[in-house]
Amino acid sequence: MSVEQAPAKKTMGVDPFERNWMLFSIALLVVFFTLVTIAGFALGFQVPGVETEVDPATVADSGPFASPGLRQIADGEYEAHVVARTFSYDPREIEVPVGSKVTIYVTSVDVQHGFKIQDTNINMQIVPGQVSKLTYTFDRVGEFPYICTEYCGIAHAAMYGVVKVVQPGAGGDG
Amino acid sequence: MTISAEKTKYELTGQEKRFIGWHILVAVIALFVGSLFGPLQAFEFSGWDLYQYLAPALKSYYQGLTLHGVLNALVWTTFFIVGFTNLTTIKGLRRPLSHPMLNKIGFWTMLVGLVTTAVPLLAGTATVLYTFYPPLEASWAFYLGLTLVVVGSWIEGYGFFLTYRGWRKDNPGIRSPFIAFAGVMNMAMWQIATLGVAAEILSMLLPWSLGMIDATDPELARTYFWFTGHPLVYFWLLPAYISWYGMLPKQAGGKLFSDSLARLAFWLFLLVSVPVGFHHQFVDPGIATGWKWIHAGLTYAVFFPSMLTAFTVIASLEYAGRKRGGTGLIGWIRALPWKDPSVSAQLLAGILFMFGGIGGLVNASYNINTVIHNTTWVPGHFHLTVATAVTLSFIGISYWLVPHITGKKLYKPSWAVVQTWVWFVGMIIFSNAMHVLGLLGAPRRTPLGEAPYVPEEWSGHLLRVSIGGGILFVAVIMYVWIMLRTATGKKADPEDVPEIPIAESLRDPQLTPEWLDSFKPWLIGAVILIVVAYGPQLLEQIANIQLNAPGIGPP
Repeated sequence: MSVEQAPAKKTMGVDPFERNWMLFSIALLVVFFTLVTIAGFALGFQVPGVETEVDPATVADSGPFASPGLRQIADGEYEAHVVARTFSYDPREIEVPVGSKVTIYVTSVDVQHGFKIQDTNINMQIVPGQVSKLTYTFDRVGEFPYICTEYCGIAHAAMYGVVKVVQPGAGGDG
Repeated sequence: MTISAEKTKYELTGQEKRFIGWHILVAVIALFVGSLFGPLQAFEFSGWDLYQYLAPALKSYYQGLTLHGVLNALVWTTFFIVGFTNLTTIKGLRRPLSHPMLNKIGFWTMLVGLVTTAVPLLAGTATVLYTFYPPLEASWAFYLGLTLVVVGSWIEGYGFFLTYRGWRKDNPGIRSPFIAFAGVMNMAMWQIATLGVAAEILSMLLPWSLGMIDATDPELARTYFWFTGHPLVYFWLLPAYISWYGMLPKQAGGKLFSDSLARLAFWLFLLVSVPVGFHHQFVDPGIATGWKWIHAGLTYAVFFPSMLTAFTVIASLEYAGRKRGGTGLIGWIRALPWKDPSVSAQLLAGILFMFGGIGGLVNASYNINTVIHNTTWVPGHFHLTVATAVTLSFIGISYWLVPHITGKKLYKPSWAVVQTWVWFVGMIIFSNAMHVLGLLGAPRRTPLGEAPYVPEEWSGHLLRVSIGGGILFVAVIMYVWIMLRTATGKKADPEDVPEIPIAESLRDPQLTPEWLDSFKPWLIGAVILIVVAYGPQLLEQIANIQLNAPGIGPP
């Protein structure tokens, strides 16, 4: 084909198969986006957002992070504050009765860390100066390790703790 | 009408070939050295810790991981891409670079930067991984060196832009040759994208590591970093796409199926590559969920041009396969020239990229990201993308490029075909195991062989990671050996030296509308989209900057 034969009107020249493929692609992406939007904003499967800002140098001296751990705030509802520092969490163990709805607040006093509770939807980046917050209902009895998922230094692989989900009245201090 | 420019041939001069060759040489050395550490990590997963025998030369798993990431993901790619863009610009526009001195300065700046970065990396004072999140601090030389590599790539970019502008002035109304346009567009996207990491290093990390400021704002640093971090992957990927669209059809004996849609795909990458960075920060504190959700939508949008690419590239290959006598639903696939190592590398890279793309949709999916964030799923994913779609394609490109620029014959092409299959098989084993482990909750960047919380059920998958990693190492060694023997072989008869494959379009490119060959509207659109999707959150973080994280310095 040469330029001389070219029609005056310039077109994309989209093949019919290709047009259908484009429409299919757009529809697929719209469906996916709609689904994650419904899951996030109607069903409450959320990601962390803007929480309080803190000073990493003093955050563990006063306020809730000075005495980290679990606190009951209502019947069946708790909040847990966790301090991450190289290379451990404070507290190392959190015990909750099964069925508890727990809001977890985590901050770091030194470098970046991760906080992922295995077999749950809790997975957060922990950044000095920020507080990461997510809520989860523990509806299965068992031990769920929380592990550091961000490289934080030489002993990063040893940084973990555990959530113990127990039958109510099965002992422990709650 | 003048289409004489289309007809004139331009052969690269010896000087141009040598200049491109230097880029490829540095790239392959970086790939080789960086890949030495890959199996060390993979073997560690099965409890076979070779790092203990390498002390004190190598201080930790993490130092090896940093070297692997920096050399393979940042250095191999960047040097190969800039070298390849020299080729696509010169050969595509059929003219020499307008300011070759600029490109020389750019290359040397990159090289000085690489050496500056390598010193603290090897000394163990920059063990911060390739994302170098503050406030884990590296030696200032690490940040300075990376800056110089980026600045050098900018300078080479200016050389390409000026050359392109000169061509455009001399050829008004003529469609730009696809490979030249696409390479220049990729470098333009790179200039915009790297503004984030430039701001991070120059305003925060470099002054901090030099002791001029005491502390950092780590969340702002993350936002700066990921402004660059995601378009970075398109900077790696688009040169592979240039080859898939603009060269592979020719190698397969066919033509580019649609010139206009190939261009549209590239423009869409320019438009939406950058304002998607928050999808790396979905589980970060300090960023409003609304912005994360918007970036999730835009990340889906940037999936669209890859869907276009899948269609156009496969259609181009089907055209080639049928021309070669292939029939039926899949007969055309068998008819493709699989015995050409450059072709088999790129076909296998494309196959694995489909799985990488599907996994990428999971990463993009806002709340679903919490399942896989910072798990081994993520390195499993990007070993299909950057380490296969990109790297195996670059390997395929080098199977004709290195013979072309050295004037040699490829050493043992049949071994090269085997090499591409070894990579393919090793990567299937490795990346599948990494994906599965990630879904089970295994953290990335972690020596799982020593982590106390690893349950027994993971051991089979951990072993598959080790086996896959070992196979990949064999593939790398085969590749480097083939390159070495090719480059040091005897000069070949010019008849036997491969040409640069440039695919024609099925339809005359002059029929492609003007708006698909004009930088201005797309650049303006890209800037507007960045301002809208990044501006408010970024400005708020800058306005509320809290330099209060002094962090932990290098040993």
